[in-house]
Amino acid sequence: MTADSLLKALREEGRIVIVGASLAGLRAAEQLREEGFTGSLTLIGDEPHEPYDRPPLSKQVLIGRALPEDTALPRRRAIDAQWRLGVAATGLDRDRRRVRLADGEDLEYDRLLIATGVRSRPWPHETEAALDGVCVLRTREDTTRLDRLLSRRPSRVLIIGAGFTGSEIASACRERGLQVTVAERGESPLVGALGGVVGDVAAQLQREHGVDLRCGVMVTALEGDPGGRLKRAHLSDGTVLDVEVAVVALGAVRNTAWLEGSGLAAGPRGVACDAGCRAFDVHGIVTDDVFAAGDVARTPHPLFGYQFLSLEHWGNAVAQAEIAAHNMISAGSQRRPHLWTPSFWSAQFGVNIKSVGAPSMADELIVTQGALAERSFVAAYGYQGRVIAAVGFDQAKWMDFYRRLIEQAAPFPPGFAGVDRRSAGLRPVPAGFPDPALPTHGPTVTLTGHSPSERRVVFTPARA
Amino acid sequence: MPSTSPAQMITDFSVRADPYPIYAELRRQPVVRDESGVHLVTTYWEIRGLLQDPRISSDARNLAPGNYPMSAAQDDEGTLPPSFIRLDPPEHDRLRRLAMRPFGPPHSPRRIHDMHGELTRIVTDLINGLAGRDRFDVVDDFAYPFPVTVICQLLGVPQEDEPRFRTLVDAVVAGLSPAEDAAEQRRRAQQSRLELGQYLAGLIEEHRRHPGDDMLSAWATDEGAEGRMSLAELITNAVLLLIAGHETTVNLITNGMLTLLREPAALERLRDDPSTAAAAVEELLRYEPPVQLLPQRNTLADIEIAGSVIPKGAPVWLLLASGNRDPQRFADPDRFDPMRQDNQHLGFGFGVHACFGAPLARLETQVALTELTRRLHGPQLEADPPPYRPSPVLRGPRHLQVTVEGITG
Repeated sequence: MTADSLLKALREEGRIVIVGASLAGLRAAEQLREEGFTGSLTLIGDEPHEPYDRPPLSKQVLIGRALPEDTALPRRRAIDAQWRLGVAATGLDRDRRRVRLADGEDLEYDRLLIATGVRSRPWPHETEAALDGVCVLRTREDTTRLDRLLSRRPSRVLIIGAGFTGSEIASACRERGLQVTVAERGESPLVGALGGVVGDVAAQLQREHGVDLRCGVMVTALEGDPGGRLKRAHLSDGTVLDVEVAVVALGAVRNTAWLEGSGLAAGPRGVACDAGCRAFDVHGIVTDDVFAAGDVARTPHPLFGYQFLSLEHWGNAVAQAEIAAHNMISAGSQRRPHLWTPSFWSAQFGVNIKSVGAPSMADELIVTQGALAERSFVAAYGYQGRVIAAVGFDQAKWMDFYRRLIEQAAPFPPGFAGVDRRSAGLRPVPAGFPDPALPTHGPTVTLTGHSPSERRVVFTPARA
Repeated sequence: MPSTSPAQMITDFSVRADPYPIYAELRRQPVVRDESGVHLVTTYWEIRGLLQDPRISSDARNLAPGNYPMSAAQDDEGTLPPSFIRLDPPEHDRLRRLAMRPFGPPHSPRRIHDMHGELTRIVTDLINGLAGRDRFDVVDDFAYPFPVTVICQLLGVPQEDEPRFRTLVDAVVAGLSPAEDAAEQRRRAQQSRLELGQYLAGLIEEHRRHPGDDMLSAWATDEGAEGRMSLAELITNAVLLLIAGHETTVNLITNGMLTLLREPAALERLRDDPSTAAAAVEELLRYEPPVQLLPQRNTLADIEIAGSVIPKGAPVWLLLASGNRDPQRFADPDRFDPMRQDNQHLGFGFGVHACFGAPLARLETQVALTELTRRLHGPQLEADPPPYRPSPVLRGPRHLQVTVEGITG
């Protein structure tokens, strides 16, 4: 068969298996049908639910404005798929092109999409983690469980970790009128993602809203009563706190354990793949039948020195799934790169936070609009003389402008005085990241094009 | 017309019924410099970019000396303070937030949604009033009275005062459009705006003493974390929303009926399946936007865009209606396609000045077009094109005479 007729056969009667039935898996399935794939489509999910939306779980759902069961993802179109829900994939045999399932079944595929996402990093001490009152927040069940714990009106909730999830949960607890202690190892909340300058604003926000925020400490032990209920928490500064609920918000772990032995470049940091979402094997050779998308995928991003980025961002999951689906059933010359500019948002303590680019790569920032003291501002982040990220507090409508600056490798500090004239005369300050794992200096590139089919990388000479 | 400038081409009344060929001509360059110093931006991505660009100001005080404002709204010192559409952040943000409190999220998230029944009732009454007639004017008999009734109720303005404020509103609206010899028009617009403000000031005082469930009452009495608007700010915003609350919707509904009568298949689809109304209205906002251009922006810095530089202090017109027909953004842009996907039109603008009333305008037009198509039997246009209103900015028919075979009960 010629390449053309092989592709035609794949599109008409191929077998595509998608492991992971959440946002990325669903959007990929929809995109495959949208582009005319008429073969068999199987979605495998270890949760018993059809795909649902996770961002509301730590926000609207936790303050009672929405029910967990009302977070089903809207369908863009019918996908005519076989659903294997409540059963996990346990192994991958690439030679025989088969996915092994927990119930013993083997599914054969012509193209495989890995979209297994991440799970919450569990509390490291198993017996402590098993105490009644200790929980994480990732799934619908987690939310239902936490909601039940909070409904008991505990006298104090401890949140371990002040990243986005931890901070959002703290915000929801305060809205429910609960006493909250947040323990963060870094110097301020959100410091790992947004740096110390913006982290300080987040810290003030938390304290203004009555959070007992403790930075620079670790939780060393959780202690239960004889009945197995959480009773106390011990902190590294020697403090002992009486708490009935502890939420472990220490980030996420990529769901790649099932790929052990498959020969794919998959590990704790995700599944490495190329810009077209094709997975690499352990030798760094690209596969052509295994693709990855969403939180579990790591792809090299030209804007950020070709670092492999794995992004736990809603929009990234959608964009990457669409590109992966397109590339799975397209000839080489028709394939598209996944060149999404990182972007995410959060809502906490009455503030809408939006970030574009990769703030954590930056060394400096400058407030370009608004004022930190007003909790309403845009900060542009710079790295080696170019704008690499921007973060807005209650300034979401400007973020597209900053995304373009990032994609155009605009010089930092940006040389404009905007409509908000207060930024005139301000100077960049160190962004305050705790451990700047900066990449080596690479060529400067910019992104062009507005639609996926025209997104391209353009090389421009590096600035002196 | 040998030496007609781009700005004149657009404002020339003779093109009002169909300005789209001129936009297509102008789109050959994303940025067109008019001899008056105005820079016209014609293409989708460039317009959208500038609408979200902090180097673009809505405040006429930033115009460089010599760049005289082309319209009255840019020159209203001595009458009332500028409304938030004529201000930049942070003043804009504060006033818009205060104005939004009784209208939308986060403080009044269901206000517009909950009006659905009332909107349907008003529309039903208006259509019932047409019973027995075989011809009527969509503008005077329906598309004007409907949004006026709605905005009066919402703001708390007595509808019987409509004849009183209508002439004032007409004069203010006349002043919004660029005009060649605008001095007299500008003077009249300013005077009318002031009189409208005085009228609303009286109402505000009444509502302060006897508050009701309306926006004027809420603005006058409701104390949020940011306090209240000053009386002058309150009057300015009341004037703005009274005008903006109906002047644009009249055109959207009328343009909608005109388009549906020209496109019988689309009309039938809407009649057969009212659930398509939302998508049809979005396409309408792309295809025949009631606000054709934004003539009141200026640059705070030299801005390089699409290979051109717009110098600092220059007046800028953003041609929304042209961007909406940009083939680089929309496939087959001159086709009215109510099933169009990915329809991020510029009909309501973008960015911090994105239309405040969009949710209300959408709902009003969905209800209006759904009920009109459902109840009018055999509607036909009497004249195509219909006579147009003078404004090139708020563009729409002055009258839209239609004949009907009957009106369903």
